[in-house]
Amino acid sequence: MNIKQFASDNKSLIGLIILMVLVSIANANFLGVDNMLNILRQTSINAIIAMGMTFVIITAGIDLSVGSILAFAGAVCASLIAADMPLVVALVMTIAVGAALGATSGTIISFFNVQPFIATLVAMTMIRGATLVYTEGRPISTGSFDVAESFYQFGAGYTFGVPNPVIVAAVVFLVCWFVLTHTKLGRYVYAIGGNENVARLSGVNVTAVKISVFAISGALAALAGIILTARLESAQPTAGLGYELDAIAAVVLGGTSLMGGRGRIFGTIIGALIIGVLNNALNIMDVSSYYQQIAKGAVILLAVVVDSRGKANA
Amino acid sequence: MAALLELNDIHKSFSGVHVLKSVGMEIHPGRAVGLAGENGAGKSTLMKIIAGIYSRDAGTVRYKGQEVTYSNARQAIDAGIAVIHQELNLLPELSVAENIFLGREPTRMGKIQWDYVRSESRKWLEALKQKIDPDAPLGTLSIAQQQMVEIARALSLNAEVIIMDEPTDALTDIEAKILFDVVADLKQQGKGLVFISHRLGEIFEICEDIAILRDGQMVHTGPTSQITENDLIRHMVGRELSDQYPFVPAQPGKIRLEVEKLSAKGFSEVSFSARAGEVVGFSGLVGAGRTELAKAIFGANHITGGTIKIDGQPVTIANPRQGIANHIGYVTEDRKSEGLIQMHSVGENMSLTGLSKFTNRFGVVNRTSAFITIDEFVKAFSIKTQSAASLVQNLSGGNQQKVSIAKSLIPGPRILILDEPTRGVDVGAKREIYSLINTLKAEGLCILLISSDMPELLGISDRVLVLSNGKLTGEFSREEADQESIMRCAVAGQ
Repeated sequence: MNIKQFASDNKSLIGLIILMVLVSIANANFLGVDNMLNILRQTSINAIIAMGMTFVIITAGIDLSVGSILAFAGAVCASLIAADMPLVVALVMTIAVGAALGATSGTIISFFNVQPFIATLVAMTMIRGATLVYTEGRPISTGSFDVAESFYQFGAGYTFGVPNPVIVAAVVFLVCWFVLTHTKLGRYVYAIGGNENVARLSGVNVTAVKISVFAISGALAALAGIILTARLESAQPTAGLGYELDAIAAVVLGGTSLMGGRGRIFGTIIGALIIGVLNNALNIMDVSSYYQQIAKGAVILLAVVVDSRGKANA
Repeated sequence: MAALLELNDIHKSFSGVHVLKSVGMEIHPGRAVGLAGENGAGKSTLMKIIAGIYSRDAGTVRYKGQEVTYSNARQAIDAGIAVIHQELNLLPELSVAENIFLGREPTRMGKIQWDYVRSESRKWLEALKQKIDPDAPLGTLSIAQQQMVEIARALSLNAEVIIMDEPTDALTDIEAKILFDVVADLKQQGKGLVFISHRLGEIFEICEDIAILRDGQMVHTGPTSQITENDLIRHMVGRELSDQYPFVPAQPGKIRLEVEKLSAKGFSEVSFSARAGEVVGFSGLVGAGRTELAKAIFGANHITGGTIKIDGQPVTIANPRQGIANHIGYVTEDRKSEGLIQMHSVGENMSLTGLSKFTNRFGVVNRTSAFITIDEFVKAFSIKTQSAASLVQNLSGGNQQKVSIAKSLIPGPRILILDEPTRGVDVGAKREIYSLINTLKAEGLCILLISSDMPELLGISDRVLVLSNGKLTGEFSREEADQESIMRCAVAGQ
């Protein structure tokens, strides 16, 4: 593979490196190991959600409900931990709840032919409402049983010096990469986004695959909710507000097309890191959070423009 | 009498294919020309050149004695040339009146004169004896009524030349009769008309002149009174059979596919059977129901009645997945939107339908074995591509078609349905596809071949079935099949 080809295939990676070089020139503290681990830890939640979102977006769909699923799953998980449920049982049940919520959206989309944007907008609203009803608008503490401590460690601890959420995100990355590139499901995900009609006539069970991708997205949003809840030792009813947009931004920054049919899970990781590095850099440079939003928007715009110019020249 | 519109030496090519070759035609005031020709003879292309939708490569168009060149449809309409299109070009969300005046809404100081729009629309609909509310959303009307709205729109343009491209296709006999009365009126008013129809009887009924296109050439023009329907058919189909169809006689095996009184959208009560090692050709005009029949057998269209048996066993096929599981392969006529994912690679496309063959029970794809199979097909079909990783959209039509055929063969079908397999394919690739069909036939596949290219169909089929208006109207053995008798069956049910 020549350098030009590599560059055009990895625009987001090059963008990330340029960004990191610029920030490290501006601030000497940026490149420290502690700060790097800090960025990875802060990025892991968005990265996990965005990897699920990548599946959905490759099928040419969108999932706006991930932030609400995160909050609902967090509340469910906090209750289970507070009720002294074994850790593994609590985690599996919570992830199953997230997958079921996502699968419900997928089912509505497939069987009633509803646009994913609308169906998941509805889900976003209803699940957020359900979370507020369930929590009565108050945080749910994970309680004081022994399991609460191991739950806290799951979200806030370190293994071999690496924050646990980063390890979880890395495992999710490997699984997602394998599924997308080495399994029939992965091939079908790309095929549906490439041309749903062709996929159906090629014998792809489009309904099942669509339900699966929304279930994956819901499950990973729930996993992100677990990590957030563990770190805070409580579930916040308003957790995850606006997270769907950060996830979508990470996917798009990673070069996955909103039109579906193409995209890489590696790109999504890079996209999430670009957002993470940017947030971190603006923080350590003491930029007001108001300006941070403007800067984030500008970077996304820049990335999308560079990407579409690249396509036009191809 | 001077011609209203006069075409001379018109040429047109699309990506190297010469679709109109030195075509000449005259349209006279107060007369209707019936334009006849097979599918793909160039009728619609010619009309689109007159209407300013396509530009001509060479030749002249004289309108009222002046040489004219229209670079878009608007200019032609303003000059007085209106087209009633075969496909409805209306917006279902807008009202009937809005559709009739779309793009030329009369305004006073920027405000649309809705009262005028409504009353004019009502006037033209009444001229067509239609009781249609001008305020009704178009989408709530039947297809026949929508066609009448399209006709009303063309009339309201007060055009001098009116081209009607298959206007009666969607109409019932009653509405067609009304249309013919309107045509007579228009002729009285001195308008010049072109009438395209597959229903040859209609051409004889309302046209003073007949023009016949074949392979992009005008093979006959003259008054209707001097030609018989048999001559017309002979002119339409008189294409030369050449030796480019390498037919290989084969002894057909046992009956593989039995279709009994099958009905679905587009056709009804069709029964036939096909044997292993046999190529059964399907002839018919556009809209005869051939593609619908193929899709229903494959499971892509919903069956409303009848049965399908494969190797003597009744089968239920409710979706393409089940069609593939029942060893049916379908190669679509519409590569772009149904056949191949243009943005994906040759290998990804080719392996999609038969992906389960390379997948273990955990759903993991064995990429090496998939690649070996893909590579074999690329070599065996001499698909010209840089590699199996090249995107399908970068391949020529012929090579895309080969990918499409390979894709349907990988699952190992016993019945292969080829829908217009040589459409948009160059001559060299056509020949390769023909010999491929022969090879597959020799291997014992049961092949259903849909083609609008009659010499091709006669050249490689063991048997030809003819569909017309959703009904089976003829069956010919290879020996008895000839172009004229097939065309007679194809127009019979119209």
